[in-house]
Amino acid sequence: MTHAALRTFLEGRDIGQEVGRSRRVKNLIGDYGLVAIFVVCFVVLSATTSGFLTVDNLINVIEQSSIIGFLAIGLTFVMLTGGIDLSVGAVVGLAGVVSASFAQSAGAGGLLPLALGLTVGLLVGLVNSGLIIRGGVLPFLATLAVLTIARGLALIYSDGGPTTGLSNPFQVLGAGMIGPVPVLVVMFVAVVLVAEFVLRRTAFGRHVYAVGGNVESARTVGVSVNRVLLGVYLICGLLAGLAGVVLAARVNGADPMAGNGYELEAISAVVIGGTSFFGGSGSVRGTVLGVMLLGVVMNGLNLLDVTSYYQQVVQGLVLVLAVLLNRWKSG
Amino acid sequence: MTTPLLEARALVKTYGHVQALRGANFTAYAGEVVALIGDNGAGKSTLVSCLSGTSQADAGEVWFEGRQVRLDSPAHAQRLGIEVVYQDLALAADLDPAANLFLGRELMRPGVLGWFGVLDRRRMREEATAAFGELGIELPDAGTRVSSLSGGQRQSVAVARSVAWASKVIFMDEPTAALGVVQRERVLDVMRRVRDRGIAVVLISHNMPEVLAVADRVEVLRLGQRVARFDIAGVSLDDLVGAMTGALDVTDGAA
Repeated sequence: MTHAALRTFLEGRDIGQEVGRSRRVKNLIGDYGLVAIFVVCFVVLSATTSGFLTVDNLINVIEQSSIIGFLAIGLTFVMLTGGIDLSVGAVVGLAGVVSASFAQSAGAGGLLPLALGLTVGLLVGLVNSGLIIRGGVLPFLATLAVLTIARGLALIYSDGGPTTGLSNPFQVLGAGMIGPVPVLVVMFVAVVLVAEFVLRRTAFGRHVYAVGGNVESARTVGVSVNRVLLGVYLICGLLAGLAGVVLAARVNGADPMAGNGYELEAISAVVIGGTSFFGGSGSVRGTVLGVMLLGVVMNGLNLLDVTSYYQQVVQGLVLVLAVLLNRWKSG
Repeated sequence: MTTPLLEARALVKTYGHVQALRGANFTAYAGEVVALIGDNGAGKSTLVSCLSGTSQADAGEVWFEGRQVRLDSPAHAQRLGIEVVYQDLALAADLDPAANLFLGRELMRPGVLGWFGVLDRRRMREEATAAFGELGIELPDAGTRVSSLSGGQRQSVAVARSVAWASKVIFMDEPTAALGVVQRERVLDVMRRVRDRGIAVVLISHNMPEVLAVADRVEVLRLGQRVARFDIAGVSLDDLVGAMTGALDVTDGAA
């Protein structure tokens, strides 16, 4: 018996606990490493640019990030189960044109178009989960097919052109203000709080983690796996529908191609936020941080007059860095 | 002799061309630790899955408390008070020990909140701490994620979960495989304590000294059939190994 093993034996604990300690350190850095990076970016941008650290600009960052943010939060639920939803960007387009088409008359309210947009999102979520649960199709392939179909439907529905001239009550959903705070920011904060609550404080939330951690185990202890999967794809679709409606409201017009490629940006944000691509671990908090990190970096690069070509490269580098950090953490 | 608590009668289970169980019998009595041993491929895991509702035998009968039962799902077995500690532990890594203890059986807040699935986290944490304490299991902090616990601590959580819910039978599949010396001793201690509550503890193990140390009886499987049963008193390591390998020829009855 080696000296160390003997000592741990005599002290009545095994070597596993030593492992536990270095794990905890890793978890700590893994959890707060991203916060540190965020803070560094924040401080550097505050120091090097005059326009960054102003209330207007920071609200602007949150506002600009919130569309991707809605998608990323929905995707967090899906990805925690080990799934993926590629259709969210296309849902933004479809929900946008459907809702906008009911907001064109001057007398149109905001609620009916909103409800229709959300319904579109829910229906897409229902189709996704149906293909995955009943059809046994891999989430990647199921939602890839639905992406294409939803985008096609958006083009058919809108005749391929933009839907413009939307009513004032509708525009409030994306561009309105509550006092000094944009409606969009209020919505985003509300969605974040509700999502965090659902994941942390409800049985459904725990089951989401359990399904992603190990489907068979979850099933064995009595978790209804199909109900969990249905739930996460509905949530993801609903939030994508919401994103589509508020985007159309914000720019006062719906483009059937709106949201093209947003799914990749949102997936990046979720992964940067520390959610495992294979499910089981991650958080809404992390995703919000990922979304905000991307938002702050893009905003900073704009303020520093960096052209958009370079911005894409930087966005990719941030993703690589975050993935490496997560790998090291779980290694 | 008393009625067996759980009994397998002539179970047959075939996977494709492989006959995992060929008329296997098994008996567990209340308040005993019975070891189920056998070489790799003897059918131990298949037998456990048939007796815990994870899979269903093609032929044969399962008897529980003197009545024939059909265990069509793990949930059904759990309702009868039958629990399993799986070799892979079946824990959700990102949840804390208390959440894992109550996974699939969460306690809800009373009233409307509970209707919406809102958890009573404090009560679960309290009851979990009590359950861990009762088994002499110490955890650094009930709020830590399982993924940051050591192998031994995870094992403790898995054992505690099954023990907390098992009111009749608990199957433990290699429960000490990942453990150090001290924790192994602790798990064996837990098994004795659970047995003393009147629960049947079924230990599946390759570790013969461990079997000899904790079991009251031993049942041996070979090639999908029960080939021997021993009372622990007077049995030797050679007997066990002999029965497992077929060197010692004993029939289904007591040797």
